[in-house]
Amino acid sequence: MKHLIDPLDLSVGEIDELIAVAQDIEQNPEKYAHLCEGKKLATLFYEPSTRTRLSFEAAMMNLGGKVLGFASADTSSAAKGESIADTIRVVSCFADICAMRHPKEGAPQVAAQFSGIPVINAGDGGHQHPTQTLTDLLTIRMLKGRLDHLTVGLCGDLKFGRTVHSQIKALSRYQGMRFVLISPEELRIPSYIREEVLHARGIPFQEVERMEPVLPKLDILYMTRVQRERFFNEEDYIRLKDTYILDKHKMQYARPDTYILHPLPRVNEISTEVDSDPRAAYFRQVQYGVYIRMALILKLLNIHAE
Amino acid sequence: MLNVDSLTDGIVIDHITAGKGMEIYRYLHLDQYDGSVAIIKNARSSKMGKKDIIKIESAENINFDVLGFIDPNVTVSVIHDGKLVRKFRMDPPDRLVNIVRCKNPRCITSVEPGIDQVFVLTDRSSNTYRCAYCEQKYRSKE
Repeated sequence: MKHLIDPLDLSVGEIDELIAVAQDIEQNPEKYAHLCEGKKLATLFYEPSTRTRLSFEAAMMNLGGKVLGFASADTSSAAKGESIADTIRVVSCFADICAMRHPKEGAPQVAAQFSGIPVINAGDGGHQHPTQTLTDLLTIRMLKGRLDHLTVGLCGDLKFGRTVHSQIKALSRYQGMRFVLISPEELRIPSYIREEVLHARGIPFQEVERMEPVLPKLDILYMTRVQRERFFNEEDYIRLKDTYILDKHKMQYARPDTYILHPLPRVNEISTEVDSDPRAAYFRQVQYGVYIRMALILKLLNIHAE
Repeated sequence: MLNVDSLTDGIVIDHITAGKGMEIYRYLHLDQYDGSVAIIKNARSSKMGKKDIIKIESAENINFDVLGFIDPNVTVSVIHDGKLVRKFRMDPPDRLVNIVRCKNPRCITSVEPGIDQVFVLTDRSSNTYRCAYCEQKYRSKE
């Protein structure tokens, strides 16, 4: 049985297949509207995440399936101290597939070891969030028409941001990629990403503190939030906080075909005045997230459209 | 110079980085071993300056795979009837199961009962092991 725990569990070929199905779903949603009739998705959310949970539930409903589950640990058997292993064994009797979000890193992998149904990691602490990665890949493919020979800028908290690490790993498997890593000194990518992914694969990248000078180079700018609590001292935060806010003025430096992505939720790192810019793609990204989750559910349930 | 009797049947773990002898003793669970065990610390070595050596009589039912994880430089000599039968180095094993514990407090292994502690060799050149669940790098000095 196949699970999705780490974005790299899927080969490049499998990701291409998922993207092709997601593109077809966008074009022909009615073709997919009944494929999961009689099937149930369990959403096991041990910590709240409205966006991801609703995206999974919408995906299953769009396929004609039903959903059940819980939205926080307080309302689940975890509050009584039940182990992940026991919970998933029980849920395997109720549903055909499950999406799990858990604050502990590696929890969905434990679930997969004991599960009788496919497990999708819907975010495990600060570790992995593979369906966000797939969403990002689909979005880039939709916007740019390809997933190779691109210069991708990643901006903000590159040290703790799990979406950034997953995305670098996933995009590094495609040909001709370049990365521009824009962050304060304290929030640069962890050394293992630099050594074990970028250096190991000979991928060109540069690390910079300011975004304006590099914006003209980028095909994609992936924004993440710089949180105040990540800084060692208040002075640095005050000095740097505006540097990582994308506004109309900074957008002038970006090319007409540079698209802005963000995993959301946004706080203030993208000014709302950017929302009406045709290059702002972060709300389209949410819609693509539903399509790719639909494609993933079908793949893991081994259901194919005619 | 300290003299320790030579073995008739057993295993000699040699070229242990000085100071790691006791660590290996613990990982091999030699405290629970019934046969004779000698640990020689800081023995003189022409190559290493000083080294540790462990001699184990008979040495049955001991899993030596872990040696490649703790100290890939060690050599293992198998002695039978007073003669050297085989001498080899242990490659770092691909997986470590219940040898070391993940120290990441955010890892599921810190709370989930009854699951194996699994570490996977992710970079052979640097002997890097990562937790199979949270990918935290194993650091022995933490």
